Amino acid sequence: MHTLIEFAKPILVPLICAVVIVAVLPLVAGYIVLLERKLMADMQARLGPMRVGPHGLLQPIADAVKLLLKEDIIPEEADKAIFWVAPLISVTVAMLAMAALAIGPWFQIADLNIGLLFVMGIGALGIFGIVLGGWSSNSHYSLLGALRSAAQLVSYETAAGMAIVGGLLLAGTLSTREIIQTQDDYGVWFIFAAPVGFFIYAVASIAETNRAPFDLPEAESELVAGYMTEYSGFRWALYFLAEYTNMVVVASIATTLFLGGWLRPFAGTKAFDFLDYLPSLLMLVFAGYCFYRVPKQPVKIQQAVLAAVGLLLILLAGILAAPLLVPAGSLVADAKAGLHGAFWFLLKVGLYLYVFMWLRFTFPRYRFDQLMHLGWQFLVPLSIVNVMGIGLALVLHRQWGWGHLPAFGLTTVLTLAVAGWLAWAGEKKEKQRAIVGEEA
Amino acid sequence: MTGNDLQSYAPLLLHLTLAMALSGVLVLLSSLVGWRRPSTTKSQPYECGITPTGDAREPFSVKFYLVAMVFILFDVEAIFLYPWAYIFRELRWFGFVEMILYIGILLVGYFYLWKKGALDWNRPAVRRDRAS
Repeated sequence: MHTLIEFAKPILVPLICAVVIVAVLPLVAGYIVLLERKLMADMQARLGPMRVGPHGLLQPIADAVKLLLKEDIIPEEADKAIFWVAPLISVTVAMLAMAALAIGPWFQIADLNIGLLFVMGIGALGIFGIVLGGWSSNSHYSLLGALRSAAQLVSYETAAGMAIVGGLLLAGTLSTREIIQTQDDYGVWFIFAAPVGFFIYAVASIAETNRAPFDLPEAESELVAGYMTEYSGFRWALYFLAEYTNMVVVASIATTLFLGGWLRPFAGTKAFDFLDYLPSLLMLVFAGYCFYRVPKQPVKIQQAVLAAVGLLLILLAGILAAPLLVPAGSLVADAKAGLHGAFWFLLKVGLYLYVFMWLRFTFPRYRFDQLMHLGWQFLVPLSIVNVMGIGLALVLHRQWGWGHLPAFGLTTVLTLAVAGWLAWAGEKKEKQRAIVGEEA
Repeated sequence: MTGNDLQSYAPLLLHLTLAMALSGVLVLLSSLVGWRRPSTTKSQPYECGITPTGDAREPFSVKFYLVAMVFILFDVEAIFLYPWAYIFRELRWFGFVEMILYIGILLVGYFYLWKKGALDWNRPAVRRDRAS
C-alpha cells in the first residue's frame, strides 16, 4: 500500500489540481458572468438579477440548466463535423492553458520550464475554435465575425507577446513559479519596473479575449453575435465558457508576471505582517453583510440560502485564519503558504477582471480601422521600444552600476516619450484624413 | 523546482484528457436532454429575418491576408526575443547591442510597411486616388 502511494504521488497532485480546475472553472465562469451583470447593473443604476436566489446568487446554475435543456440547432448548410468540433477546441485549449499557471505555491498542474511560453502558445490556439466555428456555420455574420476575430487576435498577439518579453527580461526565466520567486527576491513587483509593459499587456489582453471596447468579432449592433450567431444551446455556452476561461488565463498571466503572483503586498516587510489577517477579515465582512441582508429576503428559502452563504464565508474565514493562530511548525501552520497564496492570487485576478468589466461599461466600441491602428501603429512599436528600454535599464544597472531608480526611471520616461510621440502622430494623421474626407 | 525532462509534461496530457472529456460530455448531455423540433426555417442561417441569399463562403477583403502576413513577420520576431530574454543576464551588453541591431533591421521593414500603407486599414484604394 505504501509503495502504491509513493508511486502515485507524482501524478496525484496534478490529478487533483486538474480535476479541480476542470470541475470548478465552469462554475467560476458562471459566477464571473453574474458578477459582470451585477456590476453592469450597478453602474447603470439598476439592480440586475435578483429573482433566482438571494441577489441572483443562483442565477448561473439556473442558466446552466436552461442551456442544457435548449434545442441544439445545427444549420442545414453548415459543415457538420467542424461545426461540432469548433467549440470543443475553444474550451479545451482555454482550459489547457491554465495548466502551467501556479495559483498559489501549492496549486499547479505542471511546473514547466517554458511555463509562460506554453500558456501564450496554447492560448493563441483558441483562435482555431473561433475561425472554424465562424466558417463552418455558413452564415455571413459568422464568417465576418470569425475574420475580424482572426485579424484582431493576430494583431494584438504580437504586442502582448512582446510586452511579456519585457517582464521576462527582468525575471530571466519562463517558469511561472520562478518568475514569482524572482519578484519575491527583488522585493518589487514587475509592474513598478515595467509600467508601460503592463499597460501594453492590459490593452492587448482585452483585445485578445474579444472584450469590449474591442468586441468587434461579436459586435451585436453590426454582426448579431459574430462567430457564434448560428450556435445555440450548450455549444453556445461552451463558447462563452471559453471566453471567460481565457479572461481568467490572461488575468493570471498578468498577475504572475506583473502583479507579483501569490505574493502578499509588502511580502518581505515584517511591519506589514498584519496584512495576513486581511483575507479572514474580508470574508467576515462579506459574511456580516450576508447576515444583515437575511431578514430582508422575501421568501423563507432565500433567507436560508443567504444564511448558508454567510456560514460558508465564516468557514472560509476560519480556514484562512487557522494557520495564523496555531503555533508555527505544525502542519496547519505550514498550510499558510498554500492557502494565503491562493487567496492573494485569486484576489489579484479578480481585481484585474473587475478592471476589464469597468472598461467595458465605460468605453464605446472601437471602429475596426481604429482597432487596427491602435494595434499596429501604437502598441506594436511601443512594445518594441519597451523591450529595448528594459534591456537598456538592465544593462545600465548591472554593467554600469546605476541604481534601480535612475536606470528604470530614465528608460520609463524615454518609453513614455515615444508613446506620446506615437499618439501625437496617430492623432495628426486622423485629422488629415478627416480633412481629406470633407473635401471628397 | 523545474523539471527539465519530459516527465514534467505528463500532467498536461492528463489535463488535456479531462478538459476534452468535460466539453464532450457537456455537449452530449445537452443533445440527450435537450429537445428537438427541427423545421426548415430554424435550420436556415440567421440573417435578421431576411431569407439568406447564396453561400456565405465568398471571397473576402484581401486586407485580412495582408494582416496575417505582417503578423507572421512580427510574431516570429517576438518569439525570437524569448530565448534572448532568457539568457540576457549572461549575454550582458553584447546581447543588448546584438538585439538593437536585429530590431533595427526589423524596424526598417516596419517603417517600409507603414509608409506603404500596409498597416493602414482604411487606406483608400489606389484607383480612387487616381480618379480624384
